[in-house]
Amino acid sequence: MPLSDRLSLHVPEPEVRPGGKPDFSKVDIPEAGSVRRPPEDAEAETMRDLAYSIIRVLNPEGEAVGPWAGSLTEEEILTGLRHMMMLRAFDQRMLMAQRQGKTSFYMQHLGEEAISCAFQRALKPGDMNFPTYRQAGLLIAGDYPMVDMMNQIYSNDADPLKGRQLPVLYSARSHGFFSVSGNLGTQYIQAVGWAMASAIRQGTEIASAWIGDGSTAASDFHAALVFASTYRAPVILNIVNNQWAISTFQGIARGGSGTFAARGLGFGIPALRVDGNDYLAVHAASLWAANRARRNGGPTLIEHVTYRAGAHSTSDDPSAYRPKEESSAWPLGDPILRLKNHLIVRGLWSEDRHRQLEAEIRDEVIAAQKEAERHGTLHAGGKPSARDMFEDVYAEMPPHLKRQRQQAGV
Amino acid sequence: MPRMTMIEAIRSAMDVSMERDDRVVVFGEDVGYFGGVFRCTQGLQQKYGRTRCFDAPISESGIVGAAIGMAAYGLKPCVEIQFADYMYPAYDQLTQEAARLRYRSNHQFTCPMVVRMPTGGGIFGGQTHSQSPEALFTHVCGLKVVVPSTPYDAKGLLVASIEDPDPVIFLEPKRLYNGPFDGHHDRPVTPWAGHPAADVPEGHFIVPLGEAATARPGSAVTIVTYGTMVHVAIAAAEETGIDAEVIDLRTLLPLDLEAIIRSVKKTGRCLVLHEATLTSGFGAELAALVQEHCFYNLEGPVARVAGWDTPYPHAQEWDYFPGPARVGQALKDMMEA
Repeated sequence: MPLSDRLSLHVPEPEVRPGGKPDFSKVDIPEAGSVRRPPEDAEAETMRDLAYSIIRVLNPEGEAVGPWAGSLTEEEILTGLRHMMMLRAFDQRMLMAQRQGKTSFYMQHLGEEAISCAFQRALKPGDMNFPTYRQAGLLIAGDYPMVDMMNQIYSNDADPLKGRQLPVLYSARSHGFFSVSGNLGTQYIQAVGWAMASAIRQGTEIASAWIGDGSTAASDFHAALVFASTYRAPVILNIVNNQWAISTFQGIARGGSGTFAARGLGFGIPALRVDGNDYLAVHAASLWAANRARRNGGPTLIEHVTYRAGAHSTSDDPSAYRPKEESSAWPLGDPILRLKNHLIVRGLWSEDRHRQLEAEIRDEVIAAQKEAERHGTLHAGGKPSARDMFEDVYAEMPPHLKRQRQQAGV
Repeated sequence: MPRMTMIEAIRSAMDVSMERDDRVVVFGEDVGYFGGVFRCTQGLQQKYGRTRCFDAPISESGIVGAAIGMAAYGLKPCVEIQFADYMYPAYDQLTQEAARLRYRSNHQFTCPMVVRMPTGGGIFGGQTHSQSPEALFTHVCGLKVVVPSTPYDAKGLLVASIEDPDPVIFLEPKRLYNGPFDGHHDRPVTPWAGHPAADVPEGHFIVPLGEAATARPGSAVTIVTYGTMVHVAIAAAEETGIDAEVIDLRTLLPLDLEAIIRSVKKTGRCLVLHEATLTSGFGAELAALVQEHCFYNLEGPVARVAGWDTPYPHAQEWDYFPGPARVGQALKDMMEA
């Protein structure tokens, strides 16, 4: 590091901006199968190297290789492909619905489908996710009805949340999906508290916390790591590093530490860094962490390395801050294509069957959409009653709210 | 019946609750082995073990955030914020998470949790150990706000708060921990021992949330207040000879509006009194409600006495504190108006 007699403030900048040529040559990507798999009871300090590498299973030829391969059966992998395709198709329909004015807002998962879809398959009933707005794969892969997701997005009269929440801020207790806050980072420490409660009650359930690269800067992230470390809570601390926090590149939150996974090391929390576009790698790493947590081994931090191929939300235009070609230059590829190729290489899949499944899923999503739209969309048809607005502020409505409801005339 | 200080009453409330319900857990800074800087949790770790009563890292957002997760799981956490002045890092978790979880999830998830915090001044705590932030909580829909003024109420209200299905902010006037302080800081400390409300049953009982008490019956003017100021108000009435009725709100939210209306309609005058700063304080809400509901019964304007709109100073503590002289003067002014 060159030293100087004069101070100057360092403000990090991404490698390229719009107009520039995307360059990921500095992203160090190890070969698939090259990262070791420690035993699930390994001491955190014996596996610090995993915070600086990337666990990958699928190689460029589409083969599953190395010590992290083999966590899923053929049937399960086919199901995984189906889940990711469903999530992508669901996103496409809902983006279109938002453009058609059927809802106010939408957030898609393009490029990140593997993470939530594969992760959910490492959990058991009774476990609880504390998701952000970009983990709807947890619901899809948990067989939550798509029509209920759409009802929520439309805020219609069948909305399970009665129109109280922004689109995609789902809540599904029955499916281990905690109410999404919309405020960033707050739920990371709540997941740790939930996990502590499970340990206090000597239960068998584990919690999973979710956060993006940008929000790791929030103080709640650090509180969560302290609590998880101190009380050895049975929690998986997921960081989805999709490179961009709206328009802010990940270097602004990461600072000089090398990787987000390395944040765990100072707390003595084992940290895995995984190829987030590799369904098999995400599942294997998640299962490692889930098994460890469930057997009282405490927390694991997982950094899922991926790329947000789409806009942050329907209110965002990424071409204003990053090259348009950047997503196609992303070296970890597309998660659906990669798993599809893997299945073809194994002789379990074909282009024809893929097209056929795409068509089936499209029909399924359209059918769900039609059913949801029978209950209304944001500005047309059925909507939750204004009377409902006053319910559930408290278990029992206090007198001042009763007076206000009366004033509102609902 | 045993005589208890407010500290002992609060401890007894947690003890009784932990005994009856093993979902109740207690944690916070220094609350475990040591029993809290004010000793409110003394002996609880010894009795219930380290997984039911334990020390937390110095992270208020962490303490409250973890408690929210525990409550969502099905526990009933009763956590301590060491001073109300330290709650600000947890304010996001309290106002946007705990307060709204039931609403935003359509009651799939709820947050039955108590956040205890010592409040108010009078112990030379300076600006970071003396604040009264109750209005920052009453402004937040989804929270309940409780402020006891006696050991009996402290125990009964705390047990009720722990049993409540929603998040409760439990503000403990720290100057009342060891005695019924009436604002005469220059006089010897009065212990709780001789006070009737220090007779506190050892076992389980509750004081329901949302019910005010008449701390002093009177006919000339109604003083609506809570916490430490209840005792100051009574002293001011006695010293001025103005027969004030003192309404001790006990719960600020939900508010016992009926009790206020009943008293003001009877006396025709109303003084709103709190230790917190004046502007946008809870007294503003009270004054608005009184004029809304009792306008035609009022003989004069609703008056407010409160802490000055300055940070809580250290050396000038007793110039800041709205003691019996200021309250007495306000009463006289009202009666002459």
